[in-house]
Amino acid sequence: MAEVATQTAHQDGHHDHEEPSFWSKYVFSTDHKIIGFQYLFTGLAMAIIGGFFSYVFRMQLAFPGSSVPFYGVVSPAAYNMLITNHGTIMIFWVAMPVLIAALGNFLIPLMIGCDDMVFPKLNRLSYQIFLLSTIVLIASFFVPQGGFGGAWTSYTPLSAKAEYNGTPFGAPLWLLAVTLEIVAFLIGGINFITTTMNARAKGMKLYDIPMVVWMIVIASILFMASVGPLVAGAVMLFFDQVLGTSFFDPAAGGDPVLWQHLFWFFGHPEVYVVLLPAMGVVAEIMCTFARKKLFGYKMILYSSVGLGILSFFVWAHHQFISGVDPRAAYLFTTTTLLISIPVAIMLFAFIATLWGGSIKFNTPMLFAMAFLGEFLIGGVTGIWLGSSGVDVYLHDTYFVLAHFHYTFVPIAVIAVFAAIYYWFPKMFGRMMNDTWGKIHFWGTIIPFNGIFLPLFVLGASGQHRRIYNFQNFPDLASENFQDLRIFATGSLIVLILFQIPFFVNFIVSLKRGEKASRNPWKSNTLEWVAPSPPPHGNFGDELPVVYRGPYEYSVEDREEDYWPQNQPPQAAARS
Amino acid sequence: MRYAEASYSGEGGAAREPAIANSVFGVLVFIVTEVMFFIALISAFLVTKANALQWPPPDQPRLPIAATAFNTLVLLVSAVILFQAGKAFQREGFAKRTEQLFLLALGLGTFFVVFQGFEWARLLSFGLTLQSSSYGSFFYVIIGAHALHAVGALAGMARLYIKMKQRQLRLQSFQAGLVFWYFVVGVWPILYVLVYLT
Repeated sequence: MAEVATQTAHQDGHHDHEEPSFWSKYVFSTDHKIIGFQYLFTGLAMAIIGGFFSYVFRMQLAFPGSSVPFYGVVSPAAYNMLITNHGTIMIFWVAMPVLIAALGNFLIPLMIGCDDMVFPKLNRLSYQIFLLSTIVLIASFFVPQGGFGGAWTSYTPLSAKAEYNGTPFGAPLWLLAVTLEIVAFLIGGINFITTTMNARAKGMKLYDIPMVVWMIVIASILFMASVGPLVAGAVMLFFDQVLGTSFFDPAAGGDPVLWQHLFWFFGHPEVYVVLLPAMGVVAEIMCTFARKKLFGYKMILYSSVGLGILSFFVWAHHQFISGVDPRAAYLFTTTTLLISIPVAIMLFAFIATLWGGSIKFNTPMLFAMAFLGEFLIGGVTGIWLGSSGVDVYLHDTYFVLAHFHYTFVPIAVIAVFAAIYYWFPKMFGRMMNDTWGKIHFWGTIIPFNGIFLPLFVLGASGQHRRIYNFQNFPDLASENFQDLRIFATGSLIVLILFQIPFFVNFIVSLKRGEKASRNPWKSNTLEWVAPSPPPHGNFGDELPVVYRGPYEYSVEDREEDYWPQNQPPQAAARS
Repeated sequence: MRYAEASYSGEGGAAREPAIANSVFGVLVFIVTEVMFFIALISAFLVTKANALQWPPPDQPRLPIAATAFNTLVLLVSAVILFQAGKAFQREGFAKRTEQLFLLALGLGTFFVVFQGFEWARLLSFGLTLQSSSYGSFFYVIIGAHALHAVGALAGMARLYIKMKQRQLRLQSFQAGLVFWYFVVGVWPILYVLVYLT
């Protein structure tokens, strides 16, 4: 298998040993690690834009009508554009590229012990399409009449007709950008699944694959299976916007709720598409720093498959008040409550992994443990919202908003930081500063709760999600509500300021960090066999051979408390 | 000590033949997405149809059922011939017969697309357009999506044909092309029954 991968790689003239130019090395590279970095840095840059947007609209909510520093006065149309693109960016241009594309590209070939993806040229094409989609999205902010403001869910008929949404150029460009981005991940997903199935190191059986690789593969399968309807819907919506068809226009025989079905059929599995890789990251980090075998490897794996299947039958819980038949709502409530079981199994398995371990509280481990706690809050509030009776009251309030931020922030922020701190030595060959990491950790976790706990209270009091200025609504304009809004905004600013130590730490460590050994965390998986950072072709001339599962920590009768996957069984045992 | 057997002599990196070759596997994964894409279009179409008072709308032209039945047959024959070409390539490698069968299948596929194009031109002249009704919108989007797939697949296979002529075609690339064409052919009768017949 490794040979097959090498063959494809060789066709690109890809392993020649002369020093490639800057362009072929960093821009048009087919090396999976470079493509991973491209995704990572694009994602982080987009996170800065998305974070800035949230700062601007939170300032507007806390101090309505006043001029926001670094932005100016926020008009209603600008407010809509900011919330829409904050959501779009954070999900499609931060969570997806960083969790799936960057980690998948960087980790999969290293962790399964091969030299590159099986389709390196497709991989490069994937990033190029993604970059194009990024440019289209950013361009859509600057066209006449501004960027699209119909929320990231882009509900019809608001999004379908320019006379409703007021953005004749912004709306189609937004849709085009999302579609391009999806095509990019489609190509990437094909690569991830095929590589993991066909190019594993010799001896690596299915149950020897590290959990994070499994999770990225299952997430990719979910993505591949759910994204078709969104593409179909996007084509129809684009035709409605640009060619004057009437798929979603009730006046001409169309059906506006149809879009919601097509969107959420993708949109809900998408939550699990980003959740699963985050779970995988947490599993790797917990085992390494608790020095224990992953509790219930197969149980976690089967749960995630079950979760994947169930996730295709929950989408209408987003539509309880969109005229869905109450009997159907009952069914979707049931599936939604059921889906909390596999997630709970995973969380319990991680807690059991920690049980009795010799835990090392360094930065990646802190982030991984914070993920468990914070995601739990998101998960539990999700059960309330999944019940159609409660949802009718809470729908489209800040309660929903706080709920999904308690799921998405642990996924796309906390788990991503855990992954960056954990794999930084492998990515760049140097260690990040742990003290600054811990400062960054506490400066992220505490204000994060400071933002969203008040929003739960506001939402339960009936504060609607999509309102530009609450002072116009006597019921919502009271002073104690406004104090909560100001507290949330203040927490956000603190959170943003505490990201400065992270960026400084990141950049300084790139140049000056302590040099990392091959295996600084004494971990078992194959990426730590390669040099830090891994060269072109990852493992040199000889690809590793796998003899055991990825989590053999603290095995009795061994001097070392870890047992790398590639270490041959002792000679004594063999003869 | 699961892997302590002698079968692992530790030379490292030696290949094990994957059950499904990379290119074929990649195309199969892609087809999963494609199937879901067409399911979404068809179910959207069926929902709209079920909600309509009259279907097809009385003022809209009827679709050419008989002509398209003939065209369907042509498409199915192209898949059968391509299957033969695949068998011939596997058995005899680069042979005249393989090339002829491949070319014939390509020709039939091209005929299908061109014939569809003529039908579209006629329907447009009768007043069935994208904007004329949701009937027209769905017709052009669904059948157009299929036509785009057919054109893309034909272009890809033309490239494979050139490679075959140059004696550079790998079996797995050819098989990947075949699998994708089977998908394009296989989805068509379903579309024909759901869009043209009912």
